[in-house]
Amino acid sequence: MLTAPKLDYALLAPMLIILGAALIGVLIEAFAKQAWRARLQLVVALGAIVISFEQLFRVRNQGSSIAAVTSVSIDGTGIFLQGAILIFAFLGILIIADHDNFAPQASALPGSPEEAAAIQAGKQQTEVFPLTLFAVAGMMLFPVATDFITLFVALEVLSLPLYLMAGLSRRRRLLSQEAALKYFLLGAYSSAFFLFGAALLYGYSGTLSLNGLTDAIRGSGGNDVFLLLGIAFLSVGLLFKVGAVPFHSWTPDVYQGAPTPITGFMAAATKAAAFGATLRIFYLGLDSAQTSWKPIIAVIAVITMIVGSIAAISQRDMKRMLAFSSIAHAGFILTAVVSLNQNALSATLFYLLAYGVATIGAFGVITLVRDSAGEVSDVNRWVGLGKKSPLVASVFSLFLLSFAGIPLTSGFVGKFSIFSAAYESGNIYLVVAGVLTSAIAVFFYLRVILMLFFADSTNDSVSVVIPSILTRISISICALITIVLGIAPSLLFDIAQDFAYFLR
Amino acid sequence: MSILTALQLLPLIGALVVGILPASNAKLVKQVALGFSLLVTLVSIVMAISFDRGNSALQFTEVRTWISAFNINYAVGVDGMALVLILMTTILVPIVFLAGWNESENGRWNVKVFYILLLILETMMIGVFAATDVFLFYVIFEAMLLPVYFLIGGYGSGERAAAAMKFLLYSLFGGLLMLASVIGLYIISTNQGGATFDIARLSELTIDSATQNWLFLGFFIAFAIKAPLWPFHTWLPTAAKSATAGTSTLLLGVLDKVGTYGMIRFCMSFFPDATKTFTPAIITLAVISILYGAFLAIGQKDINSLIAFTSISHFGFITLGIFALTSQSLTGAIFYMVNHGFSTAALFLTAGWMIKRRGSTQIADFGGLQRVAPVLAWSFFLAGMSALALPGLSSFVSEFLVLVGSYAKYPVAAILGTLGIILAALYVLLAVQRALHGETPAPSAGISDLNLREKIAIAPVIAVLVLLGFYPKPALEVINPTTKTVMINAGVSDPVAKVAK
Repeated sequence: MLTAPKLDYALLAPMLIILGAALIGVLIEAFAKQAWRARLQLVVALGAIVISFEQLFRVRNQGSSIAAVTSVSIDGTGIFLQGAILIFAFLGILIIADHDNFAPQASALPGSPEEAAAIQAGKQQTEVFPLTLFAVAGMMLFPVATDFITLFVALEVLSLPLYLMAGLSRRRRLLSQEAALKYFLLGAYSSAFFLFGAALLYGYSGTLSLNGLTDAIRGSGGNDVFLLLGIAFLSVGLLFKVGAVPFHSWTPDVYQGAPTPITGFMAAATKAAAFGATLRIFYLGLDSAQTSWKPIIAVIAVITMIVGSIAAISQRDMKRMLAFSSIAHAGFILTAVVSLNQNALSATLFYLLAYGVATIGAFGVITLVRDSAGEVSDVNRWVGLGKKSPLVASVFSLFLLSFAGIPLTSGFVGKFSIFSAAYESGNIYLVVAGVLTSAIAVFFYLRVILMLFFADSTNDSVSVVIPSILTRISISICALITIVLGIAPSLLFDIAQDFAYFLR
Repeated sequence: MSILTALQLLPLIGALVVGILPASNAKLVKQVALGFSLLVTLVSIVMAISFDRGNSALQFTEVRTWISAFNINYAVGVDGMALVLILMTTILVPIVFLAGWNESENGRWNVKVFYILLLILETMMIGVFAATDVFLFYVIFEAMLLPVYFLIGGYGSGERAAAAMKFLLYSLFGGLLMLASVIGLYIISTNQGGATFDIARLSELTIDSATQNWLFLGFFIAFAIKAPLWPFHTWLPTAAKSATAGTSTLLLGVLDKVGTYGMIRFCMSFFPDATKTFTPAIITLAVISILYGAFLAIGQKDINSLIAFTSISHFGFITLGIFALTSQSLTGAIFYMVNHGFSTAALFLTAGWMIKRRGSTQIADFGGLQRVAPVLAWSFFLAGMSALALPGLSSFVSEFLVLVGSYAKYPVAAILGTLGIILAALYVLLAVQRALHGETPAPSAGISDLNLREKIAIAPVIAVLVLLGFYPKPALEVINPTTKTVMINAGVSDPVAKVAK
């Protein structure tokens, strides 16, 4: 006779709340009146995030490695990242709520009469809210999953909605749909790699759980062709999601094509979720086999930093530039994966939150810079924006300075902590590579600031729209967090240290 | 709260107050900013008076936890060297305000932004010398670049954006190298029992010599870019050419001193072995800087570039004095840092007035200035004399100390350095001759002399140069204990004469 698995509902509740709200969102799509949908969806989504966060806060000190039998382990790192993802979702949805960024009817072909009719009728895209919530639920599950099936399910739950959301852009729809298709195809490949890797590891260890894998590695010495192949394929899947070189080629296209609010949310939250899972798999499942994967991941980290920083220099599109910058940042965080120590873990947690917040803010600002045809992401057309809207330009510069790791911003503290963890682990060449690529990266961030403030505007049609109150709140919070964490990083760093542990 | 903290907070409060003033009332903004900067000067003088000169320990210390996870503290304190540099800073700032009363008005932004940036910069300039926590020092070292970046790019002239960018990129590159070394020191201290960023405790670490060399280079390159030592100097002439006179004064007079200050405070006390290893190479670079700067200065047609290249030469002297590591040369170098601050201020400010009145930066466009504007001309002349280290002016004392001190250990370098003095006479006198004497060309005929505000601004600078030239004792007394401490930390003593009578 089968017995029902024992589930710790209190610990799973944050995810269940989000999933429940996503389902309610679907029902709203089906039954609520068009005029009410947007508002209802927004309230449900934000409400669910707040309630979920509250529940997460309530259980913050009661981790369990058997929250759902052996599939889910709610521990410090997991709780911290779930909280971070919820924060990203909250800030992201505030910007997503500005429906002007989305196609009125995603199913209508670009340029078709249906599309024109939808615009005419003033239709609003509201499916994006439940889609976001589904993605958030997947993202929350990914870093706490401890067996390969759950990991794979989480990966798919977080990815599928994102593929759709990437294609929802209101303007330049073909580019957006191309991005979505590209993301989907490459994402599917990478999922297949992940699954294949999981299968090989199953073949090697006879178990799907990370703990079982560790035991198997300890038993066999960790030098088995199935193990090595399994690690390699699994890594491909993970490195694709975090956007590491050479699996990064989707990043610039998708970042550019997707609706900007989605890009911001995706860049921040996917990175947190994917790095959460990566850290868990490498720290928990594969640490006994570290001699076989560390050198490769270290090399990938260095290449990622170099490619991201150098390729960003030649970009003329703001979103593509930030995409390459996010690749470079993935390289920085990968150094923490290689460092494999306690400080690296807390540094990563801090970094992911600080970077994510700044990213959402930066993409939020990009949504505001428009001309008559919509958003302007061409860097050269931002020239002189500092004169037209000093405040927006200053806030954007703040985010860029944080990406560049200039002191008194959160990015600096993140970089410092990650590099010091890498130095501590003895990987000094990673620190040197990180420092040198940071110096390269500084160049393109500063060039943008230079354009904003020191060049005279040549094009008058570009302007900053007056942001909706929600967007304004979101960007302000992001800017505030970026500054506060730069001046008083202890506020978050102490928390990150307390939560930097895995339960086996 | 230590008086040092108060000293840093005052300009910051000033910046906030300026921030809430109406931008339309430029005069009020300037007066309030000047008022705050004078208040800072006053407080710093009070601090200097209560400084115990015989005591070589850090004074006015304050330690507060900042980032507990890394044991990072807000830790400040001054010894003699830091004190004189802070005093120089706080005296120069109001002078810069007063001298460049109108230079904020042709900028990209309004007058308010100019003074907010300058006041924030003052806070950081005080903080960078007062910091006794390496992390705090690093943060200020990097963060202070931004106000300068905006001051050059927003209020400068000519290719100001490019100059600002070049300045910032160079400095940040150096800073990032230094970051790697700072992290290295921190990890070494962690491995040796106590994670710390405290300068005093970090100097007690035992570090193997290979690591010392790498970490030393990280710090040194950052400081060599800052102080501009040949071949890291190329950003300086462009920056000096584009910045306003006031910004240039603070950039060369104060900010660049952070480089030479850092060499003494960090390179020498943390890495004594590496210091010994690299000393011959650095002395060589210093001598090249002296001669290279001087030769190029002779050939400059632009006044600001001329001053920039003379500074490269002078920084060569300072670096020579530091790394020769005798008590005379080191004391001379520290004293030189102060004198160079005032001497450059005099040059940039008088040159700035000349440029503004004539509308040209070319030396050739001036001539016979002493007939039309005698006070301006004489001020420029005195500034020039200070740059060539005329006896009786303070820079003579320091240059003499540096050369005498270095001669004891590195006679060749000292002799070559002396050649720099001769070249200095050449470049200064050539410029003086072209600008002040001879025929007065028609466009220069209408140049007005200094007004009262400008006279008040330049008077204290010249007074300091003359006073310290005749009576350097108070400054040297303050500096001497620092010299002794540095030499003990670096494990060197003065060479003894080989033949004793």
